[in-house]
Amino acid sequence: MNAVREENVLEVQGVGMAFGGLMALSNLNFKVKRGIIKAIIGPNGAGKTTLFNVITGSFPPTEGRVRFNGQPIEHLKAHKIADRGISRTFQTIELFDNMTVLENVMLGCHTRFRASFMASGFLLPHSRQKEEQIRSSAMKILKFIGLGDKFNEPADSLPLGEQKMLEIGRALASEPELVCLDEPASGLNETETHLASSLIKAINAKGITVLLVEHDMKVVMNISDEIVVLNYGQRIAEGSPEEIRNNTKVIEAYLGSEA
Amino acid sequence: MLRIAKLPIAVFTVLIIIFPWVAREISAISHYTDIMVFAGIYCLITIGLSLLMGYAGQISIGHAAFFGIGAYVSAILTVRYGLNPWPCMLIGMIVTAVVAILVGTPSLKLKGHYLAMATLAFGVIIYIIFNEEVEWTGGPDGMPGIPGLSLFGFEFDSVVRYFYLVWGFVFAAFIFTINVIQSGTGRALRAIHASEPAASAMGVDISRFKIMVFVYSAILASLAGSLYAHYLNFINPSTFDLFFSIKLLIMIALGGMHNIWGAIIGAGLITFLSYEWLYYFEELEVVVYGAILLIVTIFLPHGLVGVPGIIRSWFRS
Repeated sequence: MNAVREENVLEVQGVGMAFGGLMALSNLNFKVKRGIIKAIIGPNGAGKTTLFNVITGSFPPTEGRVRFNGQPIEHLKAHKIADRGISRTFQTIELFDNMTVLENVMLGCHTRFRASFMASGFLLPHSRQKEEQIRSSAMKILKFIGLGDKFNEPADSLPLGEQKMLEIGRALASEPELVCLDEPASGLNETETHLASSLIKAINAKGITVLLVEHDMKVVMNISDEIVVLNYGQRIAEGSPEEIRNNTKVIEAYLGSEA
Repeated sequence: MLRIAKLPIAVFTVLIIIFPWVAREISAISHYTDIMVFAGIYCLITIGLSLLMGYAGQISIGHAAFFGIGAYVSAILTVRYGLNPWPCMLIGMIVTAVVAILVGTPSLKLKGHYLAMATLAFGVIIYIIFNEEVEWTGGPDGMPGIPGLSLFGFEFDSVVRYFYLVWGFVFAAFIFTINVIQSGTGRALRAIHASEPAASAMGVDISRFKIMVFVYSAILASLAGSLYAHYLNFINPSTFDLFFSIKLLIMIALGGMHNIWGAIIGAGLITFLSYEWLYYFEELEVVVYGAILLIVTIFLPHGLVGVPGIIRSWFRS
C-alpha cells in the first residue's frame, strides 16, 4: 500500500487526553514496530481503553499526534481510520445483535467493498457479485476463527467466549494492518483463554500487527513481543516481557509501594 | 443472511392486480378500491419510514411535513403556474431532498428522544407555514383545482386507473427498498441501529448513511404527497399535521418496524380503520389509535409480522 514501508506501523507522540480537568492520558509516547504483538497493561483506570479510543478515532486527543504508517491520523474520524487499515474489538462486546454470525463478519468487510445505495437498490449485477465475494470472504474468516458451522446463528445466541472470537473475526474482515484488541481474554475460562491466545498468535503470523490491552498476565507474558505499562495516563515502563516482569516501578504500580 | 422471501411478494402482487376486479363484483366492498388508493399512498411513506426507523433505528415524527411539501409543490406549480404535473412531482422530490438534507444534517447527530423532538418540531414548523403562507398555499382553506394525472394521452381519471398507478409506484419502491435491505447498505444501516461505535470502527460512515436513508424516506413521502394531491384534486394543511406523523408511526408500529412487510400491513390496516371501520367513532378514533399503540408496544414489540413467530414458539413449548 505505502511506497515506503515505515518500520513503525504506529507512533504515539506526546498524546494527551483531558476529560474536563481529568487527564486520562498525558504526554504519552511509544512506537509499535511492524509485525509484532505489543501489549498495553496497567492497573484499572490507567487509560488503556482511552488510548484505544484515541488511536481508533472514537475521539481526537486534546494534544499530541498519532501516526499510522507515518501519516498523522489523530484528526480523522473512526470510519476513516478504519479505511486506512486499523481495526479493533471492544472491551464490552459490541456485536451487532440484530444480525447473524456471518452478517457480523460481512459487515466487517465494509471498507473493502463499498456499498452504493443506488447500485444495490437497482440490483446492478456488480452489486450482486460483490455480495457473493463478501460472503465467501466472510466464510473464510469464520472458518479461521473456528465458527464456520455457526454462521447462520444470531450473534447474541453465542456463548461469551465465541462472541469474543466473533468480534476478532469481524475486526479481521477489513484486512487491517493493525488490529487493536481490547481485553480479548476477559471473562473467558482457561480453555477459551488458551484458544484466544493461539488465535492472536495465528493472526500475528499472517503479518498483522497486534496491539493488545489485557489484564490476564499469563496471556500477556506468553504472547507479547513488547509491553508498555501505563499508570495514571502515563507511560511508566516499556520493554520485553522479561524486562517488565522485573521492573520495580511496575510492581509498585500493581501492588502499591511498601513504605 | 437476511433474505426476504420472493413467494409472498409474488402472491401479494397477484392479489393487488386482481383487487379492483374482485371489489367491483362485491357491492359491499366496491368502494374499497378507492380506499386502497390511499392505502398505497401511505404505503409509499411507511416503506421509507420502515427503512429509516426499523432498520437504521432513527426516529422521525416529522414525515407529514415531507408528505406535505410534495403535495404543495405539486399543487402550487400546477395550479399557480399551470405546469405539467409530472415535472412538478420531480421538482417536489428535489425540494424535499434539499429540505431533508438541511434538516437531517444537524438533527441526525441527535439520538433517541432528542431526534424525535427535533423532527417533531420541524413537522410543526412546516405545518404552520402551510397555514400562514396564504398567498402560496391558500392557507387553512386549502388549494382546489389541482389537475389529475395523464401520461401520453392516457388519463388516470378513474379510481381503478389511479389504483394501478399508485400501486405501481408502491411496488417499485418496495422492490428497491428490499434490494437495499439485502445489500451491504442494508447491513450498514442495521449495524448503525445495533451499535454506532462498532459500525464506525468497521468503517461505516454513520452520518452519511443516516442522511442517505433519511433523504430516501423523505423523497418517498414527497412522491406520496404529489400522488395524493393529484388524486384528490384538493389539499389543505390539516392533512399534514402532527397527528398524521403520529399515525404513520402507529402504522409501522402495528405492522412491525423490523420487517419491511410491516410497513405494508400497518399502512393498509390503519387506512381501512380510519377510512372505513372506525368511521362511526368520529372523535373517539384517536382513543382507538392510542389503544392500538399501547397494546402493540406492550404485547407485540415486533408488530403483526411478529405474530407467526410468537405462535410458532407457543407450539414448540
